[in-house]
Amino acid sequence: MSKRNGFVVAAALTSFIGSLIGLAVVCSVLWAAGCRKGSGTPGITATEIKIGQTMPYSGPASAYGVIGKADQAYFQMLNDKGGINGRKLTLVTLDDGYNPAKTVEQTRKLVEDDGVAFVFSSVGTTPNTAVQPYLNDKQIPQLFVATGANKWADPVKYPWTMGWQPSYRSEARIYGRYLMKEKPGAKVCVLFQNDDFGKDYLAGLKDELKDQYDKMIIKTASYEATDPTVDSQVVTLQAAECDTLITVATPKFAVGVIRKVFDIGWKPLHIMTNVSTSQTKVLKPAGLEKSIGLITAGYLKDPNDPKLADDPGMKDYRAFMKQYLPDVDPNDNNTVFAYGSSMTLAKVLTQCGDDLSRANIMKQATSLTKFVVPVALPGIEVNTGAADFRPFSQLQLARFNGTNFEAFGEVQVAD
Amino acid sequence: MASAEVPMAAPAATAGSTRRVGRASRGLAALFVVAIVLPFLVSDYYVAKLTQVVVYAIALVGLNLLTGFSGQISLGNGAFYALGAYASAILMSKVGLPYWATPPLVGAICFIVGYLFGRPAARLEGIYLALATFALAITTPQILKLDALAPWTGGNQGVQIVRRVSPIPDQISHDQWRYFFCLVVATAMFVIAWNLVRGRTGRALVALRDHSIGAGTMGISVASYKAVTFGVSAMYTGIAGALGALVAGFISPDSFEIFVSIQLLVGGVVGGIDSLPGTLFGAMFIEFVPDLAGKLSKAAPFALYGVLLIVCMVVMPGGAAGLVRSARAWHARRSLHRTRS
Repeated sequence: MSKRNGFVVAAALTSFIGSLIGLAVVCSVLWAAGCRKGSGTPGITATEIKIGQTMPYSGPASAYGVIGKADQAYFQMLNDKGGINGRKLTLVTLDDGYNPAKTVEQTRKLVEDDGVAFVFSSVGTTPNTAVQPYLNDKQIPQLFVATGANKWADPVKYPWTMGWQPSYRSEARIYGRYLMKEKPGAKVCVLFQNDDFGKDYLAGLKDELKDQYDKMIIKTASYEATDPTVDSQVVTLQAAECDTLITVATPKFAVGVIRKVFDIGWKPLHIMTNVSTSQTKVLKPAGLEKSIGLITAGYLKDPNDPKLADDPGMKDYRAFMKQYLPDVDPNDNNTVFAYGSSMTLAKVLTQCGDDLSRANIMKQATSLTKFVVPVALPGIEVNTGAADFRPFSQLQLARFNGTNFEAFGEVQVAD
Repeated sequence: MASAEVPMAAPAATAGSTRRVGRASRGLAALFVVAIVLPFLVSDYYVAKLTQVVVYAIALVGLNLLTGFSGQISLGNGAFYALGAYASAILMSKVGLPYWATPPLVGAICFIVGYLFGRPAARLEGIYLALATFALAITTPQILKLDALAPWTGGNQGVQIVRRVSPIPDQISHDQWRYFFCLVVATAMFVIAWNLVRGRTGRALVALRDHSIGAGTMGISVASYKAVTFGVSAMYTGIAGALGALVAGFISPDSFEIFVSIQLLVGGVVGGIDSLPGTLFGAMFIEFVPDLAGKLSKAAPFALYGVLLIVCMVVMPGGAAGLVRSARAWHARRSLHRTRS
């Protein structure tokens, strides 16, 4: 390349860079102007409320993807009825594959690219943990996160984040309280999934049993979500001669536990996490007769319970499923969950009236009193307050009688 | 840029190659200008995505050195990506280092771990090595969850990483700052890789890949070259992991499931497994195509991703770099033909 040639190239490059920088300046000015023009909350117009969500449509937790579909269907139903205070709801729901790094990216897309007003019912503990500081920094409501971890009710540190369901830890406390009262000398074994889901139950039991914990909990065994079966763990626990078994397992493993316990002739008092009490996914595959006597503490109605066939709340739910999600199994409790949390959100937005600022959305979410979700068990209500970030804090103990879970005792307050 | 890729039109070698070098350097200059100006043209969200592309490109260079140049298939580079991310997070939170000081240390740690893994693993060939590395990738998330390590790794809860990095946030946003930081690291890493594959080492690696016994007879120490390549690959992937953690602002065992390793392999192959410039295309593929698939189908995003992948492989069997190479060869043949007639 001759010297002259080089000079020409350099000149061309300089002018090229110059024009690009000019373009950049023009663009950023236009962009800033565009920002200033839109007054009020992003995602809110006179006719629309834009809501964001991340969902594991792919990846290891894709079974939960149905929650996003049901949320979308519920908003469709609301829109068909005229929306909320004249505004239609738009749900932008993006796949994060249950990978927190992807959740960060997708949540930023929702906020910065799609311009949503707030985030609703994103699934997963670690995915939500990953975006919690970001959303709180930007003062964007992170409403009704779909996880049972205990940490979402922290209004001092994270005033923009709120859960929905009762936490696993509170559920475990209720089991602890039940054992202390009904079976104080129990020899307890715990079988748990080796992650934060499983460990939250141990923490809850410790909260309640206190200094009795080491005496009552004789043996614990854990499994990995990737293990093929839990048979050997069940056998080990039986050998420890426990008379009570607390199982903290996801549906696939719960089936194996119920079967194995029955098959080896072990007859403990069997407490099962409410995550795994679905008839279609757990009890029927395990065998209804093998499931008799299971105890759990729940808050939502079981869509499989034949006694609830004429329950008005469940009838509405079934009608909704039939019309808006005909390809999805209505007996899946994930869709009951989505139906209930979408309904709670609709209540919050209705309460907001015309003030849909982010601050007011958060304020209304923390001002729910005695709101009855028709798919929740009788006597269980949603209550929130400025310092109470737990919409559900009640659970009902129930025992499986061979056809359905039969409630017993008072509604328990889990705090 | 492809001047080192020898098996090309032999006639008109001298004139052609100088012209190609000229074209390549001009292309490189243009790429650099675009890379510098782009973050001022798009929103912070896209700046973050571009940063992730740069990060993946570094990781893919690591994979290409290992798989493309020395011929060792790895399904486990995600493990080194995780190691780099966690090493950097721990150096920041426990040792108190600033984020910009961690990459060299992380690189050193990952090199040592990679070398130690590569030493015995180098005895394995082809798919057996692939399985050994696969095992590494599967166990990583479970090791990260161990209670014994929880004080450092945060267990399932993960670790939050510093997000405010720009000293002048009003002029240069945090995202832009992260982008330029990653770009500087990436440029340095590319230059190192470029020098590595162009010289003696690069030729030794290719010889290993093409015929390891032959390479041994020629005096190349097969075992140590393979192990060192493993170390270098781990170093690149680990540094990418450290930068990736910085981009995400949060890491946890769920961030490093086996899929990360698979994704890296996809990026490597789509870009062209034995090409350095190809890594940029591969990185863009793994960053943007899943989004595209997710946008088009909620029900089965991965089915669509698979289809796009197959289309890519049918249209350009040698990856993006292979496509460019064959286009150039075609062009050279045509101009040769024209000068003759």
